[in-house]
Amino acid sequence: MPLEVIIVGVMVASLVLYALLGGADYGGGVWDLFAFGRRAREQRTLIAKAIGPVWEANHVWLILVIVLLFTAFPPAFAAIATALHIPITLLLIGIVLRGTAFTFRTYDFQRDDVQRRWSLVFSIASIITPVLLGTILGAVASGTIRVEDGAVTSGFLRSWLAPFPIAVGLFALTLFAFLAAVYLTVEAPKRELQEDFRARALVSGVAVGLLALTVFVLAKSGAPTVRAGISRSWWALGLHVLTGMFATAAFYSLWTRRYKLARVCAAAQVTLILLGWAFAQFPHLIEPDVTIASAAAPQITLELLLIALAAGAIVLFPSYYYLIRVFKAE
Amino acid sequence: MDDLLAARSQMAMSLAFHIIFAAIGIAMPFLMIIAEWKWLRTKDEIYLTLAQRWAKGTAILFAVGAVSGTVLSFELGLLWPTFMGFAGSIFGMPFSLEGFAFFTEAIFLGIYLYGWKRVPPRAHLFAGVMVALSGVLSGIFVVIANAWMNAPTGFRLVNGTPVDVDPIGAMLNPAAFGQTLHMSLAAYAATAFLVAGIHAFMLRRDPYNRFHKAAITIALVVGGVSAILQPLSGDYLAKSVAKTQPVKLAAFEGQFKTEQGAPLRIGGIPDESAGVTRHAIEIPYALSILAYGDPNAVVKGLNDFPADERPPVAIVHISFQIMVACGVAMMAVAVWAAWRYLRKRRKQTWLDSKWFLRALIAAAPLGFIAIETGWTVTEVGRQPWIIYGVMRTSEAVTPMPGLVVPFITFTVLYIFLAVITVFLLLRQVAASPRMPEPPAKEARLAA
Ligand code: HDD
Ligand code: HEM
Ligand code: HEM
Repeated sequence: MPLEVIIVGVMVASLVLYALLGGADYGGGVWDLFAFGRRAREQRTLIAKAIGPVWEANHVWLILVIVLLFTAFPPAFAAIATALHIPITLLLIGIVLRGTAFTFRTYDFQRDDVQRRWSLVFSIASIITPVLLGTILGAVASGTIRVEDGAVTSGFLRSWLAPFPIAVGLFALTLFAFLAAVYLTVEAPKRELQEDFRARALVSGVAVGLLALTVFVLAKSGAPTVRAGISRSWWALGLHVLTGMFATAAFYSLWTRRYKLARVCAAAQVTLILLGWAFAQFPHLIEPDVTIASAAAPQITLELLLIALAAGAIVLFPSYYYLIRVFKAE
Repeated sequence: MDDLLAARSQMAMSLAFHIIFAAIGIAMPFLMIIAEWKWLRTKDEIYLTLAQRWAKGTAILFAVGAVSGTVLSFELGLLWPTFMGFAGSIFGMPFSLEGFAFFTEAIFLGIYLYGWKRVPPRAHLFAGVMVALSGVLSGIFVVIANAWMNAPTGFRLVNGTPVDVDPIGAMLNPAAFGQTLHMSLAAYAATAFLVAGIHAFMLRRDPYNRFHKAAITIALVVGGVSAILQPLSGDYLAKSVAKTQPVKLAAFEGQFKTEQGAPLRIGGIPDESAGVTRHAIEIPYALSILAYGDPNAVVKGLNDFPADERPPVAIVHISFQIMVACGVAMMAVAVWAAWRYLRKRRKQTWLDSKWFLRALIAAAPLGFIAIETGWTVTEVGRQPWIIYGVMRTSEAVTPMPGLVVPFITFTVLYIFLAVITVFLLLRQVAASPRMPEPPAKEARLAA
């Protein structure tokens, strides 16, 4: 397999991990906003406890994707950063506000009004950021970013300010909220809280299904080539069936209160969705003008990058495992 | 404000903001593990309290450092896509390595901050060591990338495109060693002086509090050693600039005419239209000696470089003077501290001097002033190039119009973050724990 394809594989894997880990941290913020009822305060505490020790580490997956993109595929990074300047800037503002509001809340006065103010900033940023992230991915897949001789010719608005990318953004939001709710059922220390998040998981699971459908319908005009990829190729059917199976299984195990199983199924479902998108877009980095091969850095850069990735992984995975074990093992 | 200026201002503002948190993120974990280690060895609760207090403050700063760093990673593309398209494959390597350093840092930071009760003491200290190590490594990697912009190596230019790319060669560029050493020392010196100054201030108000004395002692060991080494590393760096970027050196010194046996100028105001630096104290031959180790060496002046390859001289010269002045002052304080400490036989009383504590308070901000002005020297001194001698900043900028808007947005956002961060930290500092000296006789002899 060509090296650049392996690196794309690593990038997709990082993106999946970002969705599974970092995505759930955003989802937690969503449920912070929708914390209500008698146990609202307990819900918030649970969410904060779940996010606190891990969000900074989880966030680095995104940085890894960016760094790999600009080292291994510099022209693609340049084109994306140019065409999507506006949504990326907004995304950054969201990232900044989410992370800092969360931390400030922990260390500011514990008075209710102060806490509520930071919670509001934290949770609104947690909602807006995934939408922008999804919109950016949607725009990249849509085929409306046009690049000629390395220069973007399609302007700064058209590619992302359209129904399809925005639908993908909302889809990402519901997906993250769903993941978070499912994870929280496992992490909740008592039954009533589990029930709270079970209900949230079921509701957001339905929303995920509806938005998936919307995205698929909009893709017909919004992202024709990717849609063709998803609906016609040999692997597509298998992937659809698998994704559907895991979605159903996640629902079923939530319904029957088998939370650990639900967590596995939900994670598998999200993974398959991202893989499906990646396969559909292959071999394009940016539909339709930038391919993996055309944007790849010189061979030597790719080789060194892979060596660095392998060496980094040896340090990274045991440490990560340790982190998760220390904080998530009850 | 035109778009290029807005882009440069946004980059400068974001970096100037991030570097404060980055420097603290490099040095604070080191101070924390020293305190924690002393606690494990002496079982004196005071050191545990200190490590935990410092950790609490650092947690806030880390979050701001992480998000402002994320902004920077994207900004490289948002503002300078042409630059990144050109350079990504050559100098992306250190950024990728930095990515792993961040991972390690963030993972062990989580364990360090939230794991006091969850992991055994030795594992906790180990987590702290990992945070400290990966912090300094991430700084080193990103400064290597910056050094490459100053002294680009590891490729050949053919018709405007890079060929024979050699990422290792790019990382081993001639500016890398000097810059990374200087920046790492800067982080330790600046942070430790800030910490010492804050605790000195508290100690003045609460003179018997052993807590602050312990804090100052740890901070001054780290800060003092770094502050004494810093001018040496700066001298080394200046010699490397003289070789790789002679026009930048001329701008540091306000040297307009090419001169044999050039003088070192202290102070002075460069007048670019007249081509002279006025009101400076000149030390004959000193520049030739410092830059080339030979009193008769020729220093090439700005006038002998093409006009469109000269950086803005006044900003660079004045910033350089400020950095060096801060460095000299910090070194003086460090020497004073060493002298006081070594002279005292009873170490508990080595801080009992009003004037010494005042000096520490006055020196608190100097390191950060030197960091900000030092980066101004480096970055503005490289203008008009984004990659020295290879690509101009004006060629690198994004075609996106209206860049003033994100510049102002991020500026406002960062001011807001800065205000909140300072407010939260002040609250932490104000609530200093009551830790009086043991009721021994020497306690009453203070001041
Ligand atoms: C605590 C902070 C601090 C202190 C006390 C000093 N510096 Fe510095 N200096 C920095 C912090 C710094 C920096 C912010 O970290 C820079 C910017 C880029 C770099 O690598 O380091 C820098 C850059 C920098 C450069 C430019 C390198 C380039 O453009 O490539 C030179 C020549 C010096 N320094 C020299 C000195 C000298 C002779 C000092 C004597 C006292 C000194 N510095 C004190
Ligand atoms: C263009 C320049 C820079 C970029 C793109 C950049 C990027 C980043 C990113 C993405 C993070 C967040 C990592 C996380 O989530 O934990 C970060 C944090 C950090 N950066 Fe930077 N950075 C830059 C300049 C610098 C410089 C000059 C230094 C120091 C010499 C530095 C040192 C650090 C450190 C130590 C952290 C850890 C977090 C902290 O301590 O607050 N960075 N940076
Ligand atoms: C964190 C400490 C740093 C500070 C305070 C700083 C400061 C500045 C300043 C003042 C400028 C504007 C110069 C001008 O346009 O006149 C600038 C530009 C820039 N810096 Fe830095 N810098 C830092 C580190 C870095 C690092 C580590 C990198 C990259 C690896 C970097 C990359 C750039 C780029 C790409 C520009 C814009 C192009 C240019 O003006 O050359 N900087 N920075």
